[in-house]
Amino acid sequence: MIYDLLIAPFVEYGFMRRALVACVALALSGSTIGVFLILRRMSLMGDALAHALLPGAAIGFLLGGLSLPAMSAGGFVAGILVALLSGMVARFTSLREDASFAAAYLTALALGVLLVSLRGSSVDLMHLLFGSILAVDDASLLLVAGTTTITLIAMAAIYRPLVVECFNPGFLAALGERGALYHYAFLGLAVLNMVAAFQALGTLMALGLVLLPAIAASFWARDVERMMLVSAPIALLSAWIGLLVSYHGGLPSGPSIVLSASAFYVGSLLFGSHDSVRRKLARAPHLRG
Amino acid sequence: MTAALRLRDVTVSYDRHPAVHHISGEIARGSLTAVVGPNGAGKSTLLKALAGVVPRVEGSIERPDAAAGRIAYLPQLSDIDRTFPIAVIDVVLLGHWRRLGRFGGASPADRAQASRALDAVGLRGFEARPISTLSAGQFQRALFARLLLQDADIILLDEPFNAIDARTTADLLALVRRWHADARTVVCVLHDFEQVRASFPDAILLAREVVAWGPTADTLSSANLLRARAMAEAWDDDADACIAAAG
Repeated sequence: MIYDLLIAPFVEYGFMRRALVACVALALSGSTIGVFLILRRMSLMGDALAHALLPGAAIGFLLGGLSLPAMSAGGFVAGILVALLSGMVARFTSLREDASFAAAYLTALALGVLLVSLRGSSVDLMHLLFGSILAVDDASLLLVAGTTTITLIAMAAIYRPLVVECFNPGFLAALGERGALYHYAFLGLAVLNMVAAFQALGTLMALGLVLLPAIAASFWARDVERMMLVSAPIALLSAWIGLLVSYHGGLPSGPSIVLSASAFYVGSLLFGSHDSVRRKLARAPHLRG
Repeated sequence: MTAALRLRDVTVSYDRHPAVHHISGEIARGSLTAVVGPNGAGKSTLLKALAGVVPRVEGSIERPDAAAGRIAYLPQLSDIDRTFPIAVIDVVLLGHWRRLGRFGGASPADRAQASRALDAVGLRGFEARPISTLSAGQFQRALFARLLLQDADIILLDEPFNAIDARTTADLLALVRRWHADARTVVCVLHDFEQVRASFPDAILLAREVVAWGPTADTLSSANLLRARAMAEAWDDDADACIAAAG
């Protein structure tokens, strides 16, 4: 039955319902963040930033055990610190920003694993690295929903200057506005979303629901608004399909969700309406003729 | 003649190496000035300092009768992400930023004005095109349409004709002359000396410091050009101290 396959798990089990609600919230705010991470050519930096949450979350874990507020606060502080430090290292030395992010993230990851091992078991470590969306409780739901609310309102407020700052940096400065301010506001929102996502998907895959749908959307849309409009439903569908696959197949939930999003990415890459493999192949005979 | 821009001992450094130093002078209101000089002479840096987009500037730059918003700055094409998914009309409408700001919506009148500006730069009917589909010349035309909307008293152009076809250059140069005829102040970084001699009454010859500043014919004398080249060859990029200040 289609009902048993697609709907029933969420009706019958509270943990599946909570997981779905958390994913819906993550998908809505994450896809707006993801689109700008791509447009700013910061996909890899965003990923590095997400890994960098680990030592902060680990310190939270050491102090408060597997408590969500402690680990989230630690992760948020660590993320902001790494974002600011990498920016400063890039400004004051000749090291490129991507290189400084890579250095920061390797350091952070190693430090995080070390810190967790001081007190935790390998189960705790797995929990931090890969998350546990099926263990989402009311506190994490509130965190995720709050993050989504803040992100959507803040992104609406800084949307126009952020677009201008992305495509023509310096334009706002020439008008006497402080364009860099919007960049840092955006970075702060990005870190906030990673903190929210890390409970569900872990530090290693936190950006799965943020980046993959946005990348997929870039094969379908040619302006920022439409990219967001395409990206959000892709993220929602990925979460839903991923949870179902995980439930019916007895597979870990985080990877199932991220792999569903990857499937949308590969599909878009092959069949999208812009710059896809299909478009490239369709154009070839015309060029030959 | 009153000054639109007055520079006093202006120095701009990147990583403690001065890119331009000890620049003093006045750019008269309504003048049309070219900034020329060898590669690495600090032409773009000087223009950015005038536009107020470099954070740390030593010395002072006065703009007696213009708030920052009355200055329009056209960066080099390479400073703009031309693959960004945005429509031509939205780029042009940014020219209304001072009025519309972060939240204001563009009225039908604003849009009509943007369309007229596109018409004036030879891009009729390009409103909905994504900028990624434009050639370098077409994109530069769109940016000039944005300058038209900005309606600024002081217009700063950084290598506007670099990698642009001859026809577009001629069209855009005509716009620059029109701004000059409107008594706006225009400062333009250029490479082509013939172009400067033909169209720009004043010139600044730069080699990290001012080599010559005045009427174009005097500034671009062969003696001055030789001196600028000699200075460029003597640059030591690792020099930390400012020689002019020490000596």
